[in-house]
Amino acid sequence: MTDEILIQTEHLYRYYSGHCAVADLGFELRRGEILGFLGPNGAGKTTTMQMLTGNLAPTSGRIRIHGMDLLERPLAAKRQIGYLPEQPPLYRELTVREYLDHCARLHRIPRRQIAAAVDRATERCGLGEVRNRLIGNLSKGFQQRVGIAQAIIHVPAVVILDEPTVGLDPLQIRHIRELIRDLGREHAVILSSHILPEIQETCTRVQIIHRGRLVFNEAMDRIDERLRIRALLLQTSAPAEAERLAAVPGVSGVQALSERRWRIDYDGDSPAPALAETVVAAGWGLESLEPVRRTLEQVFVELTAGDPQVVAPASEEAA
Amino acid sequence: MILAIARRELRSLFLSPLAWTILAVVEFILAWLFLSQLQTYLDWAPRLAGIEDAPGVTDLVVAPVLGNAAVVLLLVVPLITMRTLAEERRARTLTLLFSSPISMTQIVLGKYLGLLGFFTLMLLVIALIPLSLLLGIHLDLGKLAAGLLGLELILGAFAAIGLFISCLTSQPGVAAVGTFGALLLLWILDWAGAADTRASGLMHYLSLLRHYESLLKGLFSSTDVAYYLLVIVTFLVLAVQRLDAQRLPH
Repeated sequence: MTDEILIQTEHLYRYYSGHCAVADLGFELRRGEILGFLGPNGAGKTTTMQMLTGNLAPTSGRIRIHGMDLLERPLAAKRQIGYLPEQPPLYRELTVREYLDHCARLHRIPRRQIAAAVDRATERCGLGEVRNRLIGNLSKGFQQRVGIAQAIIHVPAVVILDEPTVGLDPLQIRHIRELIRDLGREHAVILSSHILPEIQETCTRVQIIHRGRLVFNEAMDRIDERLRIRALLLQTSAPAEAERLAAVPGVSGVQALSERRWRIDYDGDSPAPALAETVVAAGWGLESLEPVRRTLEQVFVELTAGDPQVVAPASEEAA
Repeated sequence: MILAIARRELRSLFLSPLAWTILAVVEFILAWLFLSQLQTYLDWAPRLAGIEDAPGVTDLVVAPVLGNAAVVLLLVVPLITMRTLAEERRARTLTLLFSSPISMTQIVLGKYLGLLGFFTLMLLVIALIPLSLLLGIHLDLGKLAAGLLGLELILGAFAAIGLFISCLTSQPGVAAVGTFGALLLLWILDWAGAADTRASGLMHYLSLLRHYESLLKGLFSSTDVAYYLLVIVTFLVLAVQRLDAQRLPH
């Protein structure tokens, strides 16, 4: 059941009075996947998320949630969706408990299971200590967590989070990331974020959307391959010699970043074990030896900044 | 579902000081009107005693107070209805409703039911004023009931119009002014048509308060009741359409 398709979109288009915000978007998401949704401002991320959650109707195209067509059977499909918009939809005058209770009712959780569902969501999002406080008086971090609790209270098949870690402190961000990874085990999660390392760390699949079109769609383990450059970074405690490093089998180039830091390019298999031996044998004191990676950020910039037209409509936030 | 939305609506209303203030102010003003009306009646009572089949307390005190109540409420209703959808849109909480498994009709009905709950409560509090006379004298309860039914219907119509206008904007203030304007216009429609005999019939018919007057006299006519129900249904349908249109591409 793990590869069950939970979200499926085909040829999704959305126009805003002539301006095309999303064009020909089609992708699939399976149970157990965490999809990171990337794109510059105004690329159509939020529009796409709003379409997936039924907040906006697409101009054309199909959306299936857990096998149900969102446009033909909206109520059945929406029961399988939990959505946290950019700005959490909170009633400031209610307490956390009252609010989650209300959300549970809206999501048609049977009356007798409401208390249990609210308890589970509060616990999962770490809201135990503030459950009886007014939402309006909570800090931004807690409000964000209440927003996430609202999205998972009915245990939906698909959880869609629009920039869930904005405004949180590092500890809370860590907590939320863990929560998202945890959610990703049983559900399909879509996550949008501007923070690229966050996507790299939590997601199993990355999509980059640019000017309404999908320009990159790759599973994370395959991306790792794409990101890996055949190079190592060596740091020693004593100055090393370039010639002896270059002599190690497999090494194709040695570049000194400083006396003690070296970038080593290679062909074929990684020469890391042989390099380590050489360094230890020479008594330079091995401090670290790690593979060089391209960051997702570089991929992102390559894909989205290459187009000169991007600069102009950057202010045209689609949603 | 509808009840959950209605419950939240009522709860939020009573969590804000606005609802309490409005209840208090309306009650105070109507009590004042009631007392001055009662004083007038007492002044006239000796003269009325001589007339055969003279109008009683219900006609001379209760009916005018309920009549004035409709005008006072016309001023107050926009303040209650303005928040229903405009505030949800402003605070971006409308997303919660849109992404929940609820239809637009259920959202509108839930909101309307919440408003109706508040106004019914207000009506009960208002009804206590004339009912206090029962302590000392006899009232024509049939007429009173007809008057209260009329007030409830007119409040229902006000609420439906207010709800629709609240759907149109994301600023409660705009919704309040718009609703106030619309209600006032529907009230004074028949003044405008007074001179022209042909058009005045229609204007007269469309006026919101005109249909209330016969109910105040104790005359229960299905035309009047149907008029209010039609107004309510029309504006609720418009509100549903409006909410639905927001999702569609344009």
